Amino acid sequence: MIFLSHLINGLSLGSIYAIIALGYTMVYGIAKMLNFAHGDVIMVGGYISYIVAHNLGWGAIGGILMSILVCTVLGVLIEGLAYKPLRGASSLAVLITAIGVSYFLQNAALLIWSPDPIVYPSLVDLPWMSFSIGDLKVSSVTTVTVLCCVLVMALLTLFINKTKMGKAMRAVSEDKGAAQLMGINVNGTISVTFAIGSGLAAIAGVLMCSAYPVLTPTTGSMPGIKAFTAAVFGGIGSIPGAMVGGILVGLLETLAKAYISTELSDAVVFAVLIIILLVKPAGLLGKQVTEKV
Amino acid sequence: MSLLKVDDIHVYYGSIHAIKGVSFDVEEGEIVTLIGANGAGKSSTLNTVAGLLHPRAGSVEFNGKHLVGTPAHKVVKDGLALCPEGRRVFLQLSVEENLEMGAYTRPAGEIADSLAMVYDQFPRLKERYKQTAGTLSGGEQQMLAMGRALMSKPRLLMLDEPSMGLAPILVEQIFEIVEQLNKAGTTILLVEQNAQMALSIAHRGYVLETGRVVISGTGDELLHNDAVRKAYLGG
Repeated sequence: MIFLSHLINGLSLGSIYAIIALGYTMVYGIAKMLNFAHGDVIMVGGYISYIVAHNLGWGAIGGILMSILVCTVLGVLIEGLAYKPLRGASSLAVLITAIGVSYFLQNAALLIWSPDPIVYPSLVDLPWMSFSIGDLKVSSVTTVTVLCCVLVMALLTLFINKTKMGKAMRAVSEDKGAAQLMGINVNGTISVTFAIGSGLAAIAGVLMCSAYPVLTPTTGSMPGIKAFTAAVFGGIGSIPGAMVGGILVGLLETLAKAYISTELSDAVVFAVLIIILLVKPAGLLGKQVTEKV
Repeated sequence: MSLLKVDDIHVYYGSIHAIKGVSFDVEEGEIVTLIGANGAGKSSTLNTVAGLLHPRAGSVEFNGKHLVGTPAHKVVKDGLALCPEGRRVFLQLSVEENLEMGAYTRPAGEIADSLAMVYDQFPRLKERYKQTAGTLSGGEQQMLAMGRALMSKPRLLMLDEPSMGLAPILVEQIFEIVEQLNKAGTTILLVEQNAQMALSIAHRGYVLETGRVVISGTGDELLHNDAVRKAYLGG
């Protein structure tokens, strides 16, 4: 029974990582860059949803929708102001810029919202979504988180495979020059990718703060790194990979906390990552791409 | 008025002066070929017309419209398509998805007709429409690349080394298709290292050497020009 409870907790945590990892992996797939500011967008999503839902009193739905809207705009702005001017620059320059944006967001949050932690009242409170298995109670946040993850995954897969924009994204991810020759606006496609990834980060922010209710300006950084790990786990650039990787990292972390040691849980997660990358350098579901010269 | 008029373009890669004042024009309905050795500037010229490279000086005029400065993705809409060197089909997309990408700038309602036309021209693609492009042979990929370029319904189709890396029998097939497309009304600008084949189907040709046009004339004239024969036709 206790094991089942750990399993469910791990699944829920993993679902949050998976939603964040989707943002990392899509941006990497299309723009070939690691957006290390992605985790901090989650934090912004958390604050916005809190302010709108509680301080402005727009309720949970209002808070969630506003945080998605603000994060989507923020993602597009970050891309346009910080990354777009560096198109064609070395990947190291872009990486350093992303780290800079991450610090910028954290410090801006410190200035605006102060370092004092906010106790975040759950925005996901749907009693009919909670259920029990024997003694084990599964809260509505847990159920909603897992359902959200499955839904996001299904919608994204449909979008990428069936819509014109989605197909264009896959084309851009493979060959930007050839995509331009088709008439695809590569910059526009990259903006859309950032918009989707950041909107997902907002959802992850709400779910995460609802499940682990402490919000500070650095709340996003650790889950961001874990989700990045999850994306690499699954094979960066692969959408199903991000899902599998996210769930795996969540389960590993929770089980390691329960059965090995709370302090060592992160070490266990990263150790497994190292082992997987040694055996399968492209990640679990990543494609081994041989570059033609 | 020429359909395409390239006037004295200069293109640089960093500090390397790759194209040193190339001028040529293409009339509606023609097949025009640019021939020359590796590194003569043929592909750079096509990429400049397509908007992937931007010239530092000179002008490109298509159908009376100045193109210099127009980003590549907007040039397609004006009726210019480039089938790039090395084919560059989207290997992870299916054959049909590749063709759909070719029609990206066109309204959804018009795609079915063009798709039928391309499948008619290339029956092999129809057989394999669900396969990913990465599973096709080189010849099939070339056909896909040409079909994809045709999906934009171009007035001018630019082909960059369509015969590269193909078996001789396929090369002949590709050139036959190029002639057919031209007879059906598509103007063609062809870049080739296979000068013999290119000149035998072209109305006119230009010989490029280290970034300059050195000789120009009709396909026949160039085929019988001594200098051209020595340098590019093996005697």
